[in-house]
Amino acid sequence: MTKQVLIVGGGLAGTIVANGLCRQLGNQLRNNEVAITMLGATETHMYQPGLLYVPFGRIRESELFRDQRKVLDRRVTFHIDPAANIDVEGNQVTTESGRTYGYDYLVIATGSRIRPDTIPGMEEGAHWFYDLNGARKMRDALAEFEGGKIVVNVNAPHKCPVAPLEITFMLRDHLTDRGLWDKTEITYTYPIGRLHALEPVAQWTQPEFDKAGINYETFFNTKEVDPAAKTITSEEGSTLPYDMLVTIPPHHGAQVITDSDLGAGGWVPTERESLLREGSTNVFVVGDTTNIPISKAGSTAHFEADTIIDNVASLVTEGRWARNYDGKVFCFVETGMNAGTYVWFNYTTPPNPGPPSQMIHWFKLAYNRLYWLSARGLL
Amino acid sequence: MSERHKIDARGAFCPGPLMELIAKLKLIEIGDEIEVWSTDKGTAADVPEWCKKVGHDCVSVDQEDDHWRVVVRKMK
Repeated sequence: MTKQVLIVGGGLAGTIVANGLCRQLGNQLRNNEVAITMLGATETHMYQPGLLYVPFGRIRESELFRDQRKVLDRRVTFHIDPAANIDVEGNQVTTESGRTYGYDYLVIATGSRIRPDTIPGMEEGAHWFYDLNGARKMRDALAEFEGGKIVVNVNAPHKCPVAPLEITFMLRDHLTDRGLWDKTEITYTYPIGRLHALEPVAQWTQPEFDKAGINYETFFNTKEVDPAAKTITSEEGSTLPYDMLVTIPPHHGAQVITDSDLGAGGWVPTERESLLREGSTNVFVVGDTTNIPISKAGSTAHFEADTIIDNVASLVTEGRWARNYDGKVFCFVETGMNAGTYVWFNYTTPPNPGPPSQMIHWFKLAYNRLYWLSARGLL
Repeated sequence: MSERHKIDARGAFCPGPLMELIAKLKLIEIGDEIEVWSTDKGTAADVPEWCKKVGHDCVSVDQEDDHWRVVVRKMK
């Protein structure tokens, strides 16, 4: 009997799992002992971290996309037919087209999405770079910007937790290059009582902001945006005027998770070491989709995916568990247009970012292309 | 009937206990409570300070053997 591995979601996490399983289960795939199927939403795969460079014209849009079928190992059966209902009791997934797929092992990789519509006025009044249309609009607005007040506004929860800092430093360098820095005032707002969730990153950021003349306001959780008056107001009672508002909108998980009653907000309750859905023994959750209190980032998805690959392959071939996820996260941090640093941590090792350097910035630029090797499971 | 939800943020360096709490508060009903477990010593001060600013009720802050246990009630 062929064991069915079903992967719901064709983003980075699902793609790494699919490709990694093909590498570990080559014999079983050849002998029809196992089959790997992916249900995705689009025929293209997007390199999401590249969106950071779009507002500054520093990446071509064509560099962001690949044909998903070419990113996936050819042994994966890929359907562009998103899941409409996930039935973890019945071990089956029904898609938007009405087809039903059974499984022995399910990997839920449905990801996260921005929800600017959940804050009054945000869609009309703000710019963002977390999707392509938003990044394009922000690029156009930035091109017309001739100085004034910019508010960089961060909301919870959000993925890629260093991106808000990166966009702020890149705005500084971009506006300096255009001779507009003296006419610009940037205010960065953050939901908690420091400038970044990671305490060492927050400690590094504050003097950097002070040196650059970037203002900041902590304990700022957005209540509403008034596009006509060009103001943004927090739940804490503060109102800031802006000429250009750059927001990191709050995120939700996928609608199918909520519709299937698998987790509020689209986040699936997940055991933090096994990465199994709470209450399931054959349902894995990977990447942004989990409710684990850990960074929603590509590297998190990557390291989680590696663990799931080992465990699914081991369960299929040897009937036993292989290893647990240790909470590893690694993030590059662009500290301007010409320098960068990185930070890594896991459940037991706190983060300790090093001094920024041009070398690390170059490596980040190189990774913008190496990403495709990661997605293919080669890096 | 109000519910109590739990966030086990022990060992969570990023996004951290308070950010998790803020995100979770958006998903629950007024009157529900969230119990946060945290190994970050700043939680014991940060959560009550934020609750006071924004108008939620910080019900209790207790130190257990290896972590803090903070309970917050959603008020609005």
